[in-house]
Amino acid sequence: MEEILKTLMPGLILIVEALVLLLVALLHVAYTTYAERKVIGHMQQRLGPNRVGPRGLLQPIADVLKLLTKEDLVPAGADKSLFYLAPFISLVAGATSLAVIPVWEKFVLANVNVGLLVVLALSSLSSYGIILSGWASNSRYAFLGGLRASAQVISYEVAMALSLVGVMVMAGSMNLSEIVKAQTASPFKIYAIPQILGFFVFMVAAIAETNRTPFDLPEAETELVAGYFVEYSGIRFGLFYLAEYFGMVVMSAVAVTCFLGGWKGPFEVPGVPFFWFLLKLYALLFFYIWVRATLPRYRYDQLMGLGWKVLIPVSLLNIVVTGFLKVLV
Amino acid sequence: MKALELLKEKFPEAILGEESSAGQVSVYVKRERLLPVMRFLHAELQFDHLADLCGVDYLGWKGKNKKAERFEVVYNLYSIPQRAFLRVKVSVPEEDPWVPSVTSIWEVANWFEREVYDMLGVRFEGHPDLRRLLMPEDWEGHPLRKDYPLEIEEEWPAYQDLKQKACELSRFEWGERRLRGE
Amino acid sequence: MAPTLEVISKPCGHPEWEEPFVVNMGPQHPSTHGVLRLYLELDGENIVKCDPRIGYLHRGLEKLSENMTYTQAMVLTDRLDYISSAANNVGYCLAVEKLLGLEVPRRARLLRTIVCEMARISSHLLWLATHALDIGAMTVFLYCFRDREWLLDIYEKICGARLTVSYPRIGGVRLDFTTEIIEDLYQFTEEFPSRITDYETLIDVNRIWLKRTKGIAVISAEKAVNLGLTGPSLRGSGVPYDVRKYKPYDAYEEVEFEVPVGKSGDTYDRYRVRMEEMRQANRIIRQCLDKLSETQGEPVVAEGAPDLLMPEKRKKPQAVPHPKKGFLVKGAEVPVVPEGEVYVSIEAPKGELGYYVVSDGSGKPWRVRVRAPSFVHISAIPELIKGHMVADLIAVIGTLDVVLGECDR
Repeated sequence: MEEILKTLMPGLILIVEALVLLLVALLHVAYTTYAERKVIGHMQQRLGPNRVGPRGLLQPIADVLKLLTKEDLVPAGADKSLFYLAPFISLVAGATSLAVIPVWEKFVLANVNVGLLVVLALSSLSSYGIILSGWASNSRYAFLGGLRASAQVISYEVAMALSLVGVMVMAGSMNLSEIVKAQTASPFKIYAIPQILGFFVFMVAAIAETNRTPFDLPEAETELVAGYFVEYSGIRFGLFYLAEYFGMVVMSAVAVTCFLGGWKGPFEVPGVPFFWFLLKLYALLFFYIWVRATLPRYRYDQLMGLGWKVLIPVSLLNIVVTGFLKVLV
Repeated sequence: MKALELLKEKFPEAILGEESSAGQVSVYVKRERLLPVMRFLHAELQFDHLADLCGVDYLGWKGKNKKAERFEVVYNLYSIPQRAFLRVKVSVPEEDPWVPSVTSIWEVANWFEREVYDMLGVRFEGHPDLRRLLMPEDWEGHPLRKDYPLEIEEEWPAYQDLKQKACELSRFEWGERRLRGE
Repeated sequence: MAPTLEVISKPCGHPEWEEPFVVNMGPQHPSTHGVLRLYLELDGENIVKCDPRIGYLHRGLEKLSENMTYTQAMVLTDRLDYISSAANNVGYCLAVEKLLGLEVPRRARLLRTIVCEMARISSHLLWLATHALDIGAMTVFLYCFRDREWLLDIYEKICGARLTVSYPRIGGVRLDFTTEIIEDLYQFTEEFPSRITDYETLIDVNRIWLKRTKGIAVISAEKAVNLGLTGPSLRGSGVPYDVRKYKPYDAYEEVEFEVPVGKSGDTYDRYRVRMEEMRQANRIIRQCLDKLSETQGEPVVAEGAPDLLMPEKRKKPQAVPHPKKGFLVKGAEVPVVPEGEVYVSIEAPKGELGYYVVSDGSGKPWRVRVRAPSFVHISAIPELIKGHMVADLIAVIGTLDVVLGECDR
């Protein structure tokens, strides 16, 4: 019996850890929506949610409950199986990337050696959900949104992957924990300073990858009504929402790990080992929200122009410079 | 009125008459000669701004100033460089309501003419796309005619279809309306 | 199988592949400013054909006003461009006054000018809010609404209504301003220019904003005149045609202001023109307020102006001749307007708003024709959108500043 327990123990711990991570992540996602509404509200001289619970703190829960009880409509002529599947693809792909992200030195679910590749692969997978939903809805607006999403994600993924190459070159590894350790050993402690170009490209591409303003073309509310999820309702609509915010959290977490020194900070905070990680994460999430409140939306061709004519050359330049420095130093 | 003098000099046969009201001058132009007159006004006299084009139905007109025909199409022209105003009118008989289209001169006339066609039933010869504008495509009658009643006794057939459809779909409604089966 | 999948399973060269991608934008769409419907044929993101279809808000105001007295019909004009209803009222009143030959007292003219310019500011604020929101800048929207609210509150103090004011009357205005209103307006004019600067810092030099507006929907001066564009949409192309300067009405002759014009005739220039116009409107209000003190205590309605009372509804007017003013209908006097016709236009916030009123010498207008700027502007959309993309269509609808209540009447 003990033998069996001993063999099962690591697996059980892993499951518990995964559940804890998922719960915490879900809570973060839920309260990111709350924070977004509150922060944008204050930026726009209004209050934001303040009716459900003290200071509106229960608003995300109320939202989820509302979405759960709403009718789940499927438009006539939709490709049913794909229509049902699409939000899950988006959500699962978004959430799975969390597994490889080291929240703390001793807390990483899957310490794989190709961590960065996993993140990139899953983020591109999540866009399949968007494309498929646009296709399956059998709606003109959704179709246009899906087309925009596919073009956008393909072009910005290249830029994003290239911007991370500099980090890989400097750290000499694709394991995210190793990258953090290499960063603390480096003279600047964080890669955001030597890799400033890469950091810039990564942040822009990350916004585009998660379809946030100013790159929210696939769901451009004032053009395509709601873009790819125009036909979705109820909890499936909620899942898309969740996937978007999961994407935000994951992208911010990757940026924290690769460019801002992960869980390491200027000093240790006793008892809260992931204090610095969370602080940096929140700062980046705030940046996302801030951008949304400030910038108008790009046009489709301008977006592609920015991706191919600016970001990709810049990140290529970054790789060349980093390579030279690596050879010289 | 300089423009008016020039107009009368150039087209003595096309000008049927003139009248003035509240300090504004109107010219009656022969329907068949409208296009050359308008071209002249636009090109030579710089009336580049067709401020308004509308139709008036004079059925049952009780005014002292008698009208020759039932309809009139009114062109309010303004010249931005000259700062001059001129109103051109065309009388249109009820039996054969048509007017030459001026879309080739002022593009803005396109929708104005469509509206007059929709509201009064005056056809514009040479209009590129004479469809109904404000009313539904299958509407019958022309609402701004004086013999068109203000309140209609009969319902528009398409509206009946809509109501029937709403009745059929009402079983999907929630709450009281569903019970009442409206 | 979904219909989309069916199409893709057809071989290449099948007629169904050649069919244009048709999108019906509206009548329910977040950025068509009401119930505008655009029939679009797309090639990818590019617009091949655009056909605006209107009439979803057609209430037959022209027909209705033929069956009402002149005073009653004025209330209908509120519902034209419901964002700047005071300007619509003024236009209608001017037309009827011209037929009646009424001379409006100076104080009333000043008051009318003030409410007209207030309407212009509130309309331009709403335009800026929605235009920016359409292009994606969400924050500007709420900032503009904050200041618009201020103006609407002043309107409420002036006449009790916020949106459909019906403040001007045939022959003057309904009520004089109280000192409180004048103080409020002074405070507003003091503070508003700095607010405009605020909006400009939000979007004026924003790279994305410039990319989305510069070179979009360019229209030359001749073409714009030929298409009948008026107001800021025309002045963005460099034509200084402003009815306030060309055919001055009310107190516009007394006040100093400039007519801002653009150069290139693109969306950005029209945006600049409107922003500048708000400053000028502010200036006009300020001057009129200063002049108000000169006319303290003067009447605000012309002598011999028709009575405000309405005849009872659903009863045929029983005409009893009145020695001075016309008919007596159930205790109310219906103004008798001499036979004639008149075309009067004013510079409404959206463009030239014209009223062509025909009177047969009775108490009801024979024909009231409204030349609505939005109507003309919507008809120009297909011309402006040539060679642009779906996203630009939103910018074009925004830049023309259309209101469907006015377009459909």
